[in-house]
Amino acid sequence: MISTRNLPYLAALAIFLLAYAACVLQFPNMLSTRVLGNLLTDNAFLGIAAVGMTFVILSGGIDLSIGSVIAFTSVFVAVMVGSAGVNPLIAFAAVLAISTSFGAVMGLMIRFLGIPPFVVTLAGMFLARGAAYLISTQSVPISHPVIDAIQGFYFRFPGGGRLTAMAMLMLLVFVVGASVAGRTRFGANVYAVGGNPQSAELMGVPVGRTTVGIYALSGFLSGLSGIAYTLYTSSGYSLATVGVELDAIAAVVIGGTLLTGGAGLVAGTFVGVLIQGLIQTYIVFDGTLSSWWTKIVIGLLLFTFIVLQRGIVWYSDRRLAEGRLKEA
Amino acid sequence: MNDIHPFLEARGIGKSFLGITALDNVDFTLRSGEIHALLGENGAGKSTLIKILTGVYTRDTGTMKLDGRDVAPGNVGEAQELGIGTVYQEVNLLENLTVAENLFLGRQPRRFGLVDRGEMRRRAEALLRNYGLTIDVDSLLSSYSIAIRQIIAIARAVDLSGRVLVLDEPTASLDSHEVEMVFAVLRKLRDRGLGIIIITHFLNQVYDVADRVTVLRNGAMVGTRELASLPRMELISMMLGRELQHVTRDHDALDETVENGTAPIRFNDYGKRGSVAPFDLEIRPGEVVGVAGLLGSGRTETAFLLFGIDRADHGTASIDGKEVRISSPETAIDHGFGFCPEERKTDGIIGDFSVSENIALALQARQGWAKPLSTRQKAELADRFIRSLDIRPPDPDRPIKFLSGGNQQKAILARWLATEPRLLILDEPTRGIDIGAHTEILRMIEQLCADGMSLIVISSELEELTAVAHRVIVLADRRHVAELKGSQITADNIMAAIADPGRTEAA
Repeated sequence: MISTRNLPYLAALAIFLLAYAACVLQFPNMLSTRVLGNLLTDNAFLGIAAVGMTFVILSGGIDLSIGSVIAFTSVFVAVMVGSAGVNPLIAFAAVLAISTSFGAVMGLMIRFLGIPPFVVTLAGMFLARGAAYLISTQSVPISHPVIDAIQGFYFRFPGGGRLTAMAMLMLLVFVVGASVAGRTRFGANVYAVGGNPQSAELMGVPVGRTTVGIYALSGFLSGLSGIAYTLYTSSGYSLATVGVELDAIAAVVIGGTLLTGGAGLVAGTFVGVLIQGLIQTYIVFDGTLSSWWTKIVIGLLLFTFIVLQRGIVWYSDRRLAEGRLKEA
Repeated sequence: MNDIHPFLEARGIGKSFLGITALDNVDFTLRSGEIHALLGENGAGKSTLIKILTGVYTRDTGTMKLDGRDVAPGNVGEAQELGIGTVYQEVNLLENLTVAENLFLGRQPRRFGLVDRGEMRRRAEALLRNYGLTIDVDSLLSSYSIAIRQIIAIARAVDLSGRVLVLDEPTASLDSHEVEMVFAVLRKLRDRGLGIIIITHFLNQVYDVADRVTVLRNGAMVGTRELASLPRMELISMMLGRELQHVTRDHDALDETVENGTAPIRFNDYGKRGSVAPFDLEIRPGEVVGVAGLLGSGRTETAFLLFGIDRADHGTASIDGKEVRISSPETAIDHGFGFCPEERKTDGIIGDFSVSENIALALQARQGWAKPLSTRQKAELADRFIRSLDIRPPDPDRPIKFLSGGNQQKAILARWLATEPRLLILDEPTRGIDIGAHTEILRMIEQLCADGMSLIVISSELEELTAVAHRVIVLADRRHVAELKGSQITADNIMAAIADPGRTEAA
């Protein structure tokens, strides 16, 4: 179904493919499973968090606490496993429970105290970051047989690339996220709330339950992302992942999700994450460019996509108006 | 009507909010297989009654029976389960979802826990086929016209509830062709035995589609009648609540002088699609032009058009012989227009600002923000108008929200008078203010036009218009249907013009 609704997503996909082709023309080595494998692994934690952010933005909200929750999770896991000697799997379960309830509480406040998501999750951002400092201000290294086993687990692509456990986890999260958004009643309710909460309420959508569910999901995925990040860096550090929530928002918007809510695809966010990763990879290959170019290119892309979305809304409104004129 | 016994029966319904009675002892009966219109001016209690029937509000007093069984829906969901479904004027569906998703939101067919899109599409198509719609149900709702959305909303409500359908102004933003489309659907549903309640402001549509009508006024019941045996005039007087009476004023002396003046402000063939049909209007200095019509007839829309809030897409405006484009309130103010809106609380005052700040607003806007009025200028301005208009309490620094309605209205008047406008548009200048302030404001209107200002007064109080206006424009169904002058201006003639558009044109 190629409707105007999916146009931003298709545009993002086209941009990614074109950009990748251009990169390969300049650096033929970029066309290898090794680069692709690294692209997935390096951005796994961002991708996982961005899926949660997609749900939040689809519902017309925002979650600024993601980066802090990732940092908290990684410090929590590192201290539990490294210093306290807890089994990593138990630490994972505990931290997921904490981050999920943290998200749920933010959802409850947004819904039942009527406080805008921006404010609630801003508070959550400071809280989670502060809690991370409280546990440890040092970078805590982590080493445990279970963690080593997970880190060492991968599938080998032909050509030497590796599909690591973290990359697989991210792909799984995207697949599950996409089917939850597209194929469940909860997913439909998320789109409904993002479209117009009053109408959704009048149509019988449980807006309260849905809102709490959305932020709980985002909290859960932030926790999962934190676990992936811990595995990725083999340590926990409370100063890490500052501003990851903004990268996640950028990935969601570049992937074609309307920042005001109600339209977008989880698959789009995947493309958004890949585009960001591609820019970074290009800079590494080039070797002379400053890494700030990543930010500049992402900024330009964001502008482009926001203008594109406005354009589509404007265009379809006009087409509808013209249709009415013809009918009359 | 194959089934005559009452189907939904509400008796002695009462409801008050914070001690203010919104509905008092209202009876309402709906038969199955009928379309029942619910009429009344703003604040008559229509929406309160509807909200009680559909479970949004709970009633304070009275009983409600569905099929002889006592019911008390506590929320919209319970009302739906009882079989009472509602379609609202604007907010009822989600534009960002597809047609099928809208129809089945919250009750999507599922297979293995996941939504079965194919099944949903088939069911949506089958459902809409009953309504004569064959459209792509996988397209976004926003790609369809309002009329089709309205039919989709009706289809959803009937599919969910299936016995009583409540429509709150379903035709407000439809053109005549689209209205007919929706009505065809309603007639079909009636013939299937549904009871349908429809709120609308368009009398033509009431006579076109409804079988019976219930009229409310000021929260009380005026009566329920068969439309077939109810003359239009009688229905209008039920709604406006006045026995036909002859209140006239000696306009003739004034008319002479006013008629002889040339009209410096002219609107030719002025209109906007979907808002008001094109009309001609000339306004002379010192003239009060009244605008009469029922709620929804295009009264306020006319004011919006003249003041540039809505942009005209038809016709021309000229001032002092020069053609002008009034594309925004700002340009209207530049041309010396002023506008006191009907919704004083939402459109007029800024509640937390003081009286003097509220008065200074329009003059400040006209000067431009680069040249702020000094505190002293503001104080002088406030002082002058508080004295001349007798605004009470005479405290310029008090937040305006603490003033009574009449005094707020005076402050808004002062705001526009400070700009020394040549044309002032007053939309319902006396709504919600007490009798004393009422006469004062009417006196002020006369004083202003004696000073040479032109006024347009929009009002649903016919006596008010007959008392102050030199000319009355009558609106019905968003058209200017008649213009009454001098001795023609009587409550009778205005009502007759509303009832029978066209007849009085020549009179």
